[in-house]
Formats: sequence, C-alpha cells, structure tokens
Amino acid sequence: MSLADTAQAMGKAIRTLGVAAALAFAPQVMAAPAAAPVAAATAPAADAVQPAAKADAGAEKSSYVPAKPTPGKGQPVAGALSFQDQYSITGQQALRMYDYVLMPIITVITLFVLGLLLFVMARFRRGANPVASKTSHNTLIEVIWTLLPVLILVVIAVPSIRLLAAQYTPAPKNALTVKATGYQWYWGYTYPDNGGFEVISNMLPDEEALKRGEPPQLGADARMVVPYGEPIRMQTVGADVIHSFAVPSLWFKLDAVPGRINEKELFIKEPGVYYGQCSELCGVRHGYMPIVVEAVSRPQFEAWVKAQGGTVGPKEAAPAAAPAAAAPAADASAPAADASASPAA
Amino acid sequence: MATIPADHEGFDAHHHHDAHDHKPSFFARWFMSTNHKDIGTLYLIFAIFAGIVGGAVSGIMRAELAQPGIQYLGAVASFLGEKNPSFDQQLHLWNVLITAHGLIMVFFMVMPAIIGGFGNWFVPIMIGAPDMAFPRMNNISFWLTFVGFCSLMFSAFVPGGVGNGAGTGWTVYAPLSTSGSVGPAVDFAIFSLHLAGAGSILGAINFITTIFNMRAPGMTLHKMPLFVWSVLVTAFLLLLSLPVLAAAITMLLTDRNFGTTFFDPAGGGDPILYQHLFWFFGHPEVYIMILPGFGIISQIISTFSKKPVFGYLGMAYAMVAIGVVGFIVWAHHMYTTGLDVNTKMYFTAATMVIAVPTGIKIFSWIATMWGGSLEFKSPMVWAIGFIFLFTVGGVTGVVLANGGIDDNLQDTYYVVAHFHYVLSLGAVTSLFAGFYYWFPKMSGRMHSEFLAHLQFWIFFVGVNLIFFPMHFLGANGMPRRYPDYAPAFEHWNKVATDGYMIMSVSIVIFLINIAYAFLAGKKAEANYWGEGATTLEWTLSSPPPFHQFETLPVIDAKAAH
Repeated sequence: MSLADTAQAMGKAIRTLGVAAALAFAPQVMAAPAAAPVAAATAPAADAVQPAAKADAGAEKSSYVPAKPTPGKGQPVAGALSFQDQYSITGQQALRMYDYVLMPIITVITLFVLGLLLFVMARFRRGANPVASKTSHNTLIEVIWTLLPVLILVVIAVPSIRLLAAQYTPAPKNALTVKATGYQWYWGYTYPDNGGFEVISNMLPDEEALKRGEPPQLGADARMVVPYGEPIRMQTVGADVIHSFAVPSLWFKLDAVPGRINEKELFIKEPGVYYGQCSELCGVRHGYMPIVVEAVSRPQFEAWVKAQGGTVGPKEAAPAAAPAAAAPAADASAPAADASASPAA
Repeated sequence: MATIPADHEGFDAHHHHDAHDHKPSFFARWFMSTNHKDIGTLYLIFAIFAGIVGGAVSGIMRAELAQPGIQYLGAVASFLGEKNPSFDQQLHLWNVLITAHGLIMVFFMVMPAIIGGFGNWFVPIMIGAPDMAFPRMNNISFWLTFVGFCSLMFSAFVPGGVGNGAGTGWTVYAPLSTSGSVGPAVDFAIFSLHLAGAGSILGAINFITTIFNMRAPGMTLHKMPLFVWSVLVTAFLLLLSLPVLAAAITMLLTDRNFGTTFFDPAGGGDPILYQHLFWFFGHPEVYIMILPGFGIISQIISTFSKKPVFGYLGMAYAMVAIGVVGFIVWAHHMYTTGLDVNTKMYFTAATMVIAVPTGIKIFSWIATMWGGSLEFKSPMVWAIGFIFLFTVGGVTGVVLANGGIDDNLQDTYYVVAHFHYVLSLGAVTSLFAGFYYWFPKMSGRMHSEFLAHLQFWIFFVGVNLIFFPMHFLGANGMPRRYPDYAPAFEHWNKVATDGYMIMSVSIVIFLINIAYAFLAGKKAEANYWGEGATTLEWTLSSPPPFHQFETLPVIDAKAAH
C-alpha cells in the first residue's frame, strides 16, 4: 500500500476536484433536497446513542437486544456521491484503492482528454487555421500513447491483484460458518456450527419498518447476527434461482447459485447493523428481499444463538454434530462456561 | 427515406446509367428487395421505429423510478391487457420492461442501424462495389430481424409466469429463464433471439464475402476506409460469437421444454455454464455495437478536419486487437459468481488490456484533428461529443475491470451508468453522427444544421443528467433491475428522470429534422461536405443511382485513405 500512500495527498485533492465537478454537473439538485436528509439524519443519530449504550451494557450480561441502526452507517446516504463507509478489512482496502488509485487516475485521464479536445477545437478551428496540414504519421507519438497506458494499467494492476488476493484468503479452520440461502423471495441464514438452525428473514412492509426505526425497503423481520472482530466463513447457495448476497458497506457480494456453495471470508470490524439487497435478478420480488447483518460482541452473539435454540460449544464439537443430529432441544446441555473458551479472533 | 425520388438531378455524369435507372414496383422494391441501399434504408426505418419503442419503454421505467414506491406499473399493466393487476403482476411487468428495453435496444435498434443500415448502405459504395455479394441473403437477413422483433413483441402478450411477458432480463440467466418462468413468453423471447441472431450471422457472412471479394481495382485492404475495416472486424465478431449464443439459448429451450438439464444442477447441469456461454457471446456483442461507431467517427473526424486519419494502420489494427481481446475477457461479467481467485486475476488483467487499443483510437482521433482546419458541422459536433462521452464510459470500465472493486459494483447502477455511457451515449451518439453525416447522401435532401446542433446540445445535457448520477447511486449501493428503492436513493433517481425528459425533447427534434428535410430541405449536392470528404460515396450523386459503379472505379495507388 506504499503506492497508495504516496498517491494519497494528490488523490485527496483530485477526489475533491472530481466531486466538485460532479456537483457542478447538476448544480440545481444538490442544494435543497440533499441538505434536508442530512439534517434529518443527524437528529436521529443522537437518539441512536441511547440504544447503542444499552446494548453495550447488555454485552456484559451476555444478552442480546436488537440494535437500532445508526443513520449513515451500513446503509445508503441520501444524495451521496460515492461508496458507503466500509466496516470490513478488505472493504477498507478496496475503498482506499478506489479513492487513491482508480479515482485520481480516471479523473486525470478524462480531464486530459477533455482538455486536449477543447484545445484542439480552439486552436485548429477553421478561422484560426485555414489550411490543414497533411500529417498522418508520427511513429514516436504512437509508441508513446501505446506504452503510457500500459504503464498506467500496471500501476492499477498491482494494488488490484493484491486486493483480490486479500479478498480470497480463506477463513481459518475454526472460523464461525454462516450459510445464506436465497429463496424466492427471502433469505435464510443457517448456523451449522451452532446446531444448524436456520433464521428466515423477510422484508418488513414500509410502515412496519418505519415503526421499528428501520430504513424502508431495507429492514427485515429477522437479522443475520454475527460476532464482530473475528473471521466468519460466509457461504451462499440458491434454493430455486440465482440470488446474490450483497452488503455494500462490507464490500461483500457473492452469488447464491443453486447446486453449488460459494464461500468467502467476512470480517466485520465493529458492531453495527449493515444493510444489503439481493443483487441478481431472481424474479418478481427481486427488489423485496433485503439483507440485514448485525454484528455484535461474541457473548451477545452466543446469547442470541441460544435464544434461537442453537448450541454454543467448543469448535471441535460443533462439526461432529451433524446438522440433522443437532436438534434444537440439545442446546440445554451446552455449558455456558464454554462460551469464554471459544476463540475470539 | 422511403420516398427516394426517382430522378437523380444531382447525378454525377461520369457514371453513365442514370437514364436507364429502372426500379421495381413498390411492393417488389421494398418487400422483395435485393438492393443494398434499399435494404439499408429498410434497416434504418426499422431501427428508428424500434428505438422509439425501446425509448418509450425506458420512459415508463424512468417515470416509475422518479420516486420510491410503485406508481405507474399498475396502469401500464392494465393498458397492456392485464385485468386488475396484482402487486406481483405489476412487479413482473417491471421485469418485462427491463428485458424488453435491453433486447430491443441491443438487437433491434443499435445493431440494425449501425450494421444493417449504415453498413449496407456504405460498405459496398466505399469499396467501389455495385452491391453486396449475396443480395437475396441480404434481404432475408432483414426480414429475419423483423420477424424476430415481432416474436419479441408477441411474447409480451402471452403468459410468462405471474403475468404476461418474459421477465428474465436481457441476459436470460438460467434457472430463472427455465424453471423460474412458466408459460410461452420466454420461449418466444428466446426464439426472437434465434431469428435476429440468424439474420445477423447471414449478414456477417455477406459483409465478409463482399469486403474480401468485391473491392474495386486498387482498393487494397490497407486502403479501405476505416468504416469498412470496422464493419469487417464486426462481421467476424458476429460470425464467431452468435453461434455460441444460439447454442446457449437452444439449450435453454430444450431445458424448458424437453426435459434436458444442461443448466439444472438437479440433473448434473450448471447454471454458471449458461453465463459462460452467454458472455462468450455477450462481451464481443458490446464491441459489435461500438466498433462500427468507431469507424463512423473516424470518417467524420477526418472529413471535417480536412486531413487523412492519423495513424491509419494503428487505427485499423487497434480495432482488430479490440476484437481479438474482446473474446477472452467474458468472465469479467461474472466476478461474483464464485470464480476462483486465479481466474479473477486473469480476467482483471486481460480486461484492462482492452484500454490500450481503445486509448490508441481516442488519441488518434485527437491527433487527426491536430493541425486540421476544423469545421463544426453537425456530424463533427456529434463526433466530438462521442469522443468525450466514450472516454467517460471507458474509464469507468477500467474501474469495473478490477475484480476486487467490482465485488461492490456488480449488478448496481454503476454498471448501468458504465454501459450506457459506452452504448447509449457512445454507440447512439455515433449513430446520430453518422445519420447527419450521410442522411443527405441517402435521401438527397439536406437536413437543418440548426436543428441538428440543437438536438446535440439537448441530447448531451439530457443523457448526462440521466446517466452520470447513476454512478453515485451504484457506488452507494443501489442494485439494478429494482422497481422500488430505499428513500436514500430518491435524490439522484429524480435527477435521472428529469434528464430523461430533456433527452426525449432531443428525439422529437430529431424526428422534426427528418420531416423538415423531406418537406423543405434543400437538394443535396454530390459532395455537400466539401474537400475533406474523400471516400467513394462522395463521387456519386445524392442519392446515389439505383445501381452504382456499373463501371468499376479504379483507386489510385497514391490515394489517401
């Protein structure tokens, strides 16, 4: 990332420039409508502190209380111009690459081409240059404009390949496994390490979402609850057609394909509620099967698992218990003390 | 355009056949045509009609997306014959609309206009040939495309699941298109692709044969105008990619109707196999749409700079390179399907390579203008607009090429913005540029330069307002193919819909301009663009005689391209 660091200062300036250009592009639209939602967003933020504090207190007691979403975190922001803030390790790495490598380069290239066009149009208009030259070859400049783009692409390719490698580091053997199943048109979250129970998650109607303080179209009646600060083995599969499990603020998108299980590591850095939506056309209610991921502390997660009728135990025991054998009733035997023994990271 | 006047007053006397220019009767001329110019005209009329249909569909989509919630889908569903449409039927209609918009614009607007229309009209003339190599095959290519369009339209009125029509997206991914869509609508939509694809394969064979065998004496491959080069490369892309699509969608049909399981894991098939086959066709397809546009832009820039194209060989072989590399990058459409990391690294690197020949083209166009004596006639203004808009679409393509970045952008509005910048703002802008460049040549009537310039500026503002905010929506997480969205996305969606309203005004101006040309336009001279226009079509009258080059022109060995 040394490359990104050196480009950082310049990148920041150019990014600001790009945003400014974008604003100039549609000047009338930014002023009023965008300001209102932002103002609205700051007000509930104060309210959200309270439940969050309560949840933290609850963490010590190892109980689970669904957290209130924080406006602007883990969900889209009205009038925003770029990506959502990132809360996963690879997400932050990817966003850095976008902000400090890709965005500066493409902005400079576009402005360079625009500048050349404007210059040529002014300098070589008929009035200024009545007699056209007949030049049609210049080997040197043709070699330059072939090799220079190659160099720029190499500059992009290095962090790009690194990012891909980071995203594809498999989760460690003892990582928690969560399997998301795409159904027409809802999600199911299965916890094979914890007794194999499945949580079914349907979208909340808009009125109900607003009543519960969830963003409309994004809120669901049940969340995929996972611990933060540790790697999670995320698996996806489709039950009927292809769906796609996508959470923008975690830079995570993996198709849920019938007949195969896709797997990728998910590492959420801090507690919070992160919203996503199905991202592969899956039929009539494709737009109505949101994804809600809630990251909580390990003890809270274990409390939640038990509340769902799941088991919490040493990692070695979990795979041994086949999902079929792990009936929800078996959880009573799981000693609570084992919770502290399970790996935290 | 259907009323090309029978007499050619502007006809250039050194081609000596005007007096014997007997044309067939109306029915034989337009329904049994074997004349490349008449077939080109048919393709252009068809493409304008299909473009209006596809544009109207996107109008319904933009209206629905102007605010959160479902507002208009119910009314549209009732209009299309659904009695008291349920909520699910309204949502199904949404999927039918996005599918129809994509298929119409790709297969029945851009391709017929740019290859069938301009290709048919000007490839034979530019190489000094009297007609295409296989005139009857040329005719059946057009009518297959036409019947394909009818099949697609018909599919909208037969059951396709919850409601009428095929709601699979233009990509027709299995298993949504097989077990996920009952009813005959998807079969008719697939069949329409078969028909249009067969028409395009026949057309490609025709172009390749014509260009290889019917060039006038002295017209070597390296003397061909770049538009002819672009159609030649495009024809090879069509010939090699369309059979793969035909195979894939035939397997869809047998999976749907005859119990095969090519794409059904329950029978040992694989849904991802369909995506590999589809995008093996689908990625070359995007170059099929844009390459002839590159050719048109090269002709126009050269004409209005009064200079030969800079780096002609580099330009020609850049297109060949784009065509070749275009075949080995298909899986960048599938980064989130669970490809392994090495595959993603390969496709990331290969995809970025395409930026190199594309950059050569952009810089060569600017270098062609450099040192020229630029005249900003309407085709030139459209062409310069093309260079800028295509650059914007190109650089977002470099962003999307990165597999690790695409993880967050795949299937979002960022992708929609990207491909509309290269197609709706790229290919379509080159279509308008080509139209204003050649319309007087085809019709014999001058259009209004004022209206053409006015249309450009309104179109430019409109399309940028539609599509630039979609980058923001996509980056912020709005998925594609959604009829409804979270309130946070409302702001930029509203802007995009306003942009659509502006853009649609420019299309009205376009139609007014055509009407003006036929009603009040001045008669066009043989070479109405003056000294910069050097290709063979400018040696003929406007419109050209019914049969041109009965005596083949001889190309001077020293002639510029």
